[in-house]
Amino acid sequence: MRIDCKHVWEHISAYIENDVDSQLRAEIDRHLETCEICSAVLDSTRNVVILVADDRVFELPAGYSERLHARIERELEKQKDTKP
Amino acid sequence: MTSPNPEFEADCIRRILAGEKQLFHDLIRPCERSIYFLLYSLLKNEADAEDVAQETVIKVYQNLDKFRGDSQFRTWVLSIARNEGLGRLRKISNRREDSLDAETDEQTGDYTPAILTSWREIPAEVLEQKELGNLLRKAIEGLPEIYRNVVLLRDIEEMDIRESAAVLGISEASVKVRLHRARALLQRNLAPQLKGFAPAKRRWFGGRT
Repeated sequence: MRIDCKHVWEHISAYIENDVDSQLRAEIDRHLETCEICSAVLDSTRNVVILVADDRVFELPAGYSERLHARIERELEKQKDTKP
Repeated sequence: MTSPNPEFEADCIRRILAGEKQLFHDLIRPCERSIYFLLYSLLKNEADAEDVAQETVIKVYQNLDKFRGDSQFRTWVLSIARNEGLGRLRKISNRREDSLDAETDEQTGDYTPAILTSWREIPAEVLEQKELGNLLRKAIEGLPEIYRNVVLLRDIEEMDIRESAAVLGISEASVKVRLHRARALLQRNLAPQLKGFAPAKRRWFGGRT
């Protein structure tokens, strides 16, 4: 069976996750061999996913951890003789 | 992201409950980044995210004896963070209350990707350029909330589908649907803009002397 571009797009995320069965994967691979549009869509989607995951995109505010632990310390002091 | 270590966590929790309270700092440390970004994806505001992150860790500490160990510790912590975040959201935006529940998986939308005929890989080194980071942040922040938090958990904090589903209180199938749509929306928004960040094309024809 030959699958069309729209069908490939529907499964792009699962394909990237390696979450498609072997038959569907083979069909998508066969489609990609001859379809430059779907190849570009797949490559760009994968590239976007990788870039978005980079630690440099989202950084914690400076001093976040220090302030968080200072807050915890105050709570530990306060609760010295109580729970948990 | 630091990968969870159930034995360390279970041991830590036992000892904290037995009185070694200082260990709570070590217990929560591997989760603090995820807590912040989950809340940031919900509240879209640094100050609110940090404030609610602090409330979350205090709540975790006060309820530590209620952690049953039937889920990962981090999953439990992030569910608390999400609840705290939703509570804050309701408080600060009564007017937007309807929009909170209005976003569902059933809603239809156009998830057609940006059609390209070729793609040149953008290497991660390009992230040294501030504009690229801004572009990516803006694109993620522009996603509807239900897609934004899935991208955050799965693609940014690199949790698996199961844990993402547990944190958000939705099915694994919903996580997959949302992830697919989120990635399609990001590709459509970003791919045309990112093209300019591709490394200079080598010139195979002409220009060589």
